[in-house]
Amino acid sequence: MDTVNKPARRVDALGKVLGESKYGADLKFDGMLYGKVLYTPYSHARILSIDTRSAAKLPGVEAVLTAADVPGLHTFGTVVPNQQVLAKEVVRYLGDGVAIVAATSPALAEKALALIKVEYKELATIFDPEEALAEGAPVLHDDSPGNIAAHHVLEKGEVEKGFAASDIILEREYKTQLVEHAYIEPEAAVVVPDPGRKGITVYGSIQNPFSCRKALSRMLGLKLNEVRVIQSFMGGSFGGKDEVMSAQCARAAMLALKTGRPVKMVNTREESLREGYKRHPYKLKYKVGVTREGKLMAMKIYIIADAGAYTAQTPFVTWRSVVQATGPYEVPHVRTDVYGAHTNNCYTSAFRGFGSPQIIFAQESLMDELAGELGMEPLELRRLNGYHQGSVTATGQTLDSHQVSLSEVVDKAVERSDYLRKFKEYANQKGRFRKGIGLACSFRGCSLGAEGVDATGAMVSVQYDGSVYVFAGLAENGQGLQTIFSQIAAEELGINVERVRFMETDTANIPDGGPTVASRSTIMGGNAVRIAAAKVRETLLGAVLGKLKASTEELAWGKDRIWVKEDPSRSISFEDAINEACSQGELLTELGWYKAPKVSWDDSHGQGNAYFTYVYGCQIAEVEVDTETGYTRVLKITAAHDVGRAINPETVRGQIYGGVAQGLGYALLEEVQQHEGEIKSKNFDEYLIPGIKDMPEIEAIIVENPDSYGPYGAKTIGEPTLEMTAPAIASAVAQATGRRVRQLPLDLERVLLGRSLQQDRYKRREGGC
Amino acid sequence: MAKYPLDLVVNGSKYHFEVEADLRLVDLLREQMKLLGTKESCGKGECGACTVLMDGKSVASCLVLAIQANGSEIVTVEGLGGEEALHPLQQAFIQHGAVQCGFCTPGMLMSAKYLLDNNPRPTREEIRAGLAGNLCRCTGYVKIIDAIQAVAEGRLEQ
Repeated sequence: MDTVNKPARRVDALGKVLGESKYGADLKFDGMLYGKVLYTPYSHARILSIDTRSAAKLPGVEAVLTAADVPGLHTFGTVVPNQQVLAKEVVRYLGDGVAIVAATSPALAEKALALIKVEYKELATIFDPEEALAEGAPVLHDDSPGNIAAHHVLEKGEVEKGFAASDIILEREYKTQLVEHAYIEPEAAVVVPDPGRKGITVYGSIQNPFSCRKALSRMLGLKLNEVRVIQSFMGGSFGGKDEVMSAQCARAAMLALKTGRPVKMVNTREESLREGYKRHPYKLKYKVGVTREGKLMAMKIYIIADAGAYTAQTPFVTWRSVVQATGPYEVPHVRTDVYGAHTNNCYTSAFRGFGSPQIIFAQESLMDELAGELGMEPLELRRLNGYHQGSVTATGQTLDSHQVSLSEVVDKAVERSDYLRKFKEYANQKGRFRKGIGLACSFRGCSLGAEGVDATGAMVSVQYDGSVYVFAGLAENGQGLQTIFSQIAAEELGINVERVRFMETDTANIPDGGPTVASRSTIMGGNAVRIAAAKVRETLLGAVLGKLKASTEELAWGKDRIWVKEDPSRSISFEDAINEACSQGELLTELGWYKAPKVSWDDSHGQGNAYFTYVYGCQIAEVEVDTETGYTRVLKITAAHDVGRAINPETVRGQIYGGVAQGLGYALLEEVQQHEGEIKSKNFDEYLIPGIKDMPEIEAIIVENPDSYGPYGAKTIGEPTLEMTAPAIASAVAQATGRRVRQLPLDLERVLLGRSLQQDRYKRREGGC
Repeated sequence: MAKYPLDLVVNGSKYHFEVEADLRLVDLLREQMKLLGTKESCGKGECGACTVLMDGKSVASCLVLAIQANGSEIVTVEGLGGEEALHPLQQAFIQHGAVQCGFCTPGMLMSAKYLLDNNPRPTREEIRAGLAGNLCRCTGYVKIIDAIQAVAEGRLEQ
């Protein structure tokens, strides 16, 4: 391979270092207005009246709109369309918008918001997801009785029998926190009305242009071909710029259609934290049965996720949890229940990991605790129960169609981190500063799995001067998709990657290929690019057969040439081949479409082949804890990930470093403080993400076991990178301090005192202290 | 609101404006001068995305009023280099894969320039200290440090 499996410079780097790449907030159009949203001051209330008259009279205010002005339906959502673009009758969380304004300046729009008078009648609120599921709790949505946003069941074997056959039974409860994506670019969109106001063109920081288009079509009453979504450069997303962007774009579109002028909406960081969805906090109860020898016999798992006010992706997020909740371990008897509960908290949805960081924190902490009970080394317990070739998962799937590389990634991480020696060395330390080392591993289903239809497309267009366009339905969010797809197109065409120009995702020029989620870009989109480029290549080969006096099978290609394998002197340049094809009237533009291999799912018992392939990873954390302050310094993270094949080893490393950083934040720093529905962490001074000084040495180990389904064997890397970091750190801290913290994040208070003082603080403040 | 005269040099050229007292430097650059490379993320000096150089010192342009820059010389990412002659830091960020989403990149580059202007051979620890005011959510900072170190050590590919 000439281009694939080698480092290539990012195709989007030049514009970014020059500061010339245009992000949503950088766009300007003639006559452009600025939109702003009025949020509800109540977490749950009925809207009695909205008076916009004074606001509308303010000079420079061009439109003031409410839910009554939504041209189509006022709700949207992938699974259950209950999220409101603007609240119509009832507000359900403090991020609900009730009115929008378009004015000639953002300051004027803000001024107009203050003039809107809204009368509310407060309704009973519910903020605890467990209480929300209890009888008598106020119900948020009429069509979700009992506030159940999702419920997934998994039954394998007979769990009580498994416990009866166990020598040791351990029950533990773990908790994870509300976490913010904290993309550095806040949400931004500009909507430009088409001439005649029949349709619109939407620009902005939109992770999933097709999801946005669908939502806008529904809410604006426009046909899909009247809503054109063109993605701007994305200042990070990590799953976070989906529903919140559909709402922002729809509001801007309403104002643009009303005024006939372009409308721009940009969130401040405070608005972003108030309205934007976050990662689900989970409460996880694990009961595990094991034989004296350490063989897992049974696991009973009960999980409640806080879905917040709207359904969004909760059913899918919690589905991945139910599939993977037992971890990469053989367990003959399993019963898992995962609930998503509606509350009046900020709604939760997709965030890198998608239901895995929570369960991996619980199950990997549990494995270490179980090892402690058994008097075994944690690694030994994992080796005894870990997946190997032919293992059967909790969903009844036999892992035999890909390389089950759990032991390989564990071995490599263990060796490179010197885990075994350090694990012994750090036992029973004394003194103020104590070190610890912890290990976590995971298996992860690639792409969407049985969650839904899984297919995507790409277009490769060779121009007659030898330059090439690549278009794709999946989108660059900063992860490096443009570079990966360009490399694949170059490899298939046998050309230098410099010839390829990757076009921004535009819903008007490529079919809907689903969302850029579930770490599916390389494995799904990469296949689509490969198919499209290979079709063009076949046309080029066919066009030069006469000239080279050879059959297609006899030809080879690469380095901008096509030649006869047996006689490389008979060759033709890429440009000349294009000329030949063009002179013969051949089409050098092709669409590639890739459908995922078959998966299956039985919802009633949670059984089936959930994903068509899986990746395996292992991370090891080494920490030093100051036992007098609770401060945890991470010294090193060793991260071994089987990616199938690294299309670009450098961008794979970039994903690993970035994922580990987010995992470290999840472990030690990050927690959105939310008290009675109010987000108290309003900006980066109150919501701490890892800075450069928080980062330890990271050793990235790329393991390659090519997958039969992936392009060149490539699978997945985006999400696995962060899902193991927190439990690895938690186990390292537990070794250092001799006390396990079962709740994230492991901030100073939890490490030092075993509990957080934060919630008490809010209660005290309310009491007037 | 009353307007005040403002004279300053931006990226080597002299400018005169009449500005309101509450106009922030970031808004002057982005809205009035169309220098959109300077990004705004938090609006309160926590993230460093809006970092520019003011009389050679790195400042968060969201915390500086435009009139405070009167008589100053400002350098933004647009003044760092050009497509024809990239600044070594820009080259290094490309070569070392220090750019992912790119939103923090202009601020990172300006903080790195300030660091190297004042400490041409920083250690990795000094690079960390110099960039401590700039947040990045994509890269884990590893390749950003690599890139700055490469410039400091004169290890750029041509």
